[in-house]
Amino acid sequence: MDEKGKQKKNSKKRKRAVMRTTILAILIAAIGYTIYNSATAEDVTVLKVGDKAPNFALVDLEGNDHKLSDYEGQGVFLNFWGTWCKPCAKEMPAMDRQYEVFSNEGVQVLAVNIAQSDFEVQSFADQYGLSFPVVIDKTKSVMTAYNIRPLPTTVLVNPEGNIQRIITGEMTEQDIEGFMEEIKPD
Amino acid sequence: MEKLQCQCGHVNPPGTKLCESCGRSLTEKEQNSKLVDMRYEGTARRSQTYNKSIIDKVWNFFSSVKVGVGIIVFLLVAAAIGTILPQKAFVPANTEATIKDYYADTYGVVGQIYHALGFHDLYSSFWFIILVGMLAISLIIASLDRFVPLYKSLKNQRVLRHPSFMGKQRIYAEGPGAEDTLKKAEEKLTELKYKVRTDKNGLLAEKGRFSRWGPYVNHIGLIIFLFGVMLRMMPGFYIDESLWIREGETRAIPEVPGYYLENKNFELENYSGEGGEEIFGEALDRVGTVAKNYQTDIVLYKKKEDALPGAVDGQEVVKEYPIRVNQPLKFDGYAIYQMDFRLDELKAMTFSFINKETEDSFGELTIDLIDPKKDYELDNGYSVKLIGYYPDFSGFENGEPQTATPLPNNPGFLVKLFTPETPEGETSFITIQNTVEPLGENDYKLAFQSVETRDVSGLTVRKDSTLPILGLGGLIFMIGVAQGMYFNHRRFWIQQKTDGTILLAGHTNKNWFGLKKDLNQVVEYASLPAYTDQQDEIDKQEKAEKEGEVLS
Repeated sequence: MDEKGKQKKNSKKRKRAVMRTTILAILIAAIGYTIYNSATAEDVTVLKVGDKAPNFALVDLEGNDHKLSDYEGQGVFLNFWGTWCKPCAKEMPAMDRQYEVFSNEGVQVLAVNIAQSDFEVQSFADQYGLSFPVVIDKTKSVMTAYNIRPLPTTVLVNPEGNIQRIITGEMTEQDIEGFMEEIKPD
Repeated sequence: MEKLQCQCGHVNPPGTKLCESCGRSLTEKEQNSKLVDMRYEGTARRSQTYNKSIIDKVWNFFSSVKVGVGIIVFLLVAAAIGTILPQKAFVPANTEATIKDYYADTYGVVGQIYHALGFHDLYSSFWFIILVGMLAISLIIASLDRFVPLYKSLKNQRVLRHPSFMGKQRIYAEGPGAEDTLKKAEEKLTELKYKVRTDKNGLLAEKGRFSRWGPYVNHIGLIIFLFGVMLRMMPGFYIDESLWIREGETRAIPEVPGYYLENKNFELENYSGEGGEEIFGEALDRVGTVAKNYQTDIVLYKKKEDALPGAVDGQEVVKEYPIRVNQPLKFDGYAIYQMDFRLDELKAMTFSFINKETEDSFGELTIDLIDPKKDYELDNGYSVKLIGYYPDFSGFENGEPQTATPLPNNPGFLVKLFTPETPEGETSFITIQNTVEPLGENDYKLAFQSVETRDVSGLTVRKDSTLPILGLGGLIFMIGVAQGMYFNHRRFWIQQKTDGTILLAGHTNKNWFGLKKDLNQVVEYASLPAYTDQQDEIDKQEKAEKEGEVLS
């Protein structure tokens, strides 16, 4: 075979190799992506660490409006809870104590109750003497927006308004202190 | 492998069975067989010929039809095994751990293995997805490797083929012809809607070549279908959520941002067997109650453009609609179906304020279990103060009443009763059919009078954006099937030698009867020599041989 023929053959071969590699790579990537999606489908992570925390507006027991965006520049310790949830009740006093410490340092605590009656929430707040604002998500819309499944779930929002961390389950006082430290503005 | 040079001088890619140019048989097997194998026109399946790098090897693996069929068999067997025990969506467990335990407890070791291998959630198990993906790869590669050479071969086919090619076609004729035979044959074939090309002393008549693309079109449809199935697993394309909503409640719709649903009323209507329904009387006697209608009257709200989640005034009514079985609420690509219900959940309880001794009543009060008030004033200085409310009372812990859930399944009230005689109040803890007086004997009590209930409606929120893609895939699939099944690729080669002898060969990918019908007309019109069906000859011969064997 002459030189030209060989060259032609080689370029054809290269083209074929590139073509086959590309097609296989695309198909394998598609399969990989599908598996990844199916594996993560269980915990539909609409919200991820680093995402912008969805804004919301809820009313607290005193009738004051609380918008998440009002707290930009501060860290927001967003705690979703219910009176029937024992771990929620357990961590409340610790949260309250740490709130006393960090509220002067720019950390806001918002306790979001999931659609319970004013009476239940008010008596709970009175019983535990909670000093941070307690808001009630009557239509579960904030719960839906944040895709909250188990209670308690705590979402840490940093001063830039992004999600710093999502904690499901009960926290110790030490945890809470560490988390508040994490979202404290500089 | 080496390139194959044919006697005619044409150089064929390695693996070719019939010369691309003249049609001579190139392999010994082909040379010795009586009829040529016309599948893929005797072209080399591309990947058979190169097998150098890993990519080539992988490619060749998927190019094989045997591998494709193997994958399909694996999938079928897996799917069949997946039906033996119930899938995880149908077992009474919710979390990963309880599901695992359920399989182990209910089905023993078999269940454990079943769960460990992922058969309990077959369509999401990674190996099943990999198998389906491999099938897709096989479909694409096997089709490419066959389609491209076939396409090229049919596009570049020559009019004149070597007599040995023609002699090995199933339909063949050889015999004397007249001077105008070719011309007349061309006329008739054109009339029969064949595309006729001539070259020197020969002609090639062809019809319905697109029928040969049927399988590949069909595979494109399948690939689109599989693509649609893949999209279902992507967030946002496919939603199947359930929503429990009580009468009077307004709830955000899960996975449907910005929309709210209010349940105005739930209704369950049964056949009464009376009036116009007497005709059903017998059936009703036999099976008991039969539901006539499940219905949830809802109001759909949409959050205003700038309104935030949680804001009370930021929503507008989109529509009011009665959701009934098979009559879902449809909006914005979503559909909400009536799926389930629970009747008579407690909503409010009415008590009578009485003197325990005299049983005199001083008035009634109703406690709303959904939104209880703190103070209940009765006439003449009698009043009740609610101190604690435990919607699903589950016992005491450190002397503190507990609630298991936020639902009023077993409401408990800690109340203080005030009368003009007892201005400091008497404390009492009331649950259904039970009153505890923790701080000593009381003179007064709240006596249960009646309850109000409400129904809970179970709705399902659905969205499936992949349906049009699945539909398109299915349509293309069917077009491919029709193309390959109901149309035939028919060809005739006719040559006239210098001595006037006519050579005729015919081929079709299916429906030889139709081909012969066409040919009969041409033979008659152009006085072509009589043809034989060489396959028939072979079959007859084999039959005769077999019979001969039997006889001897």
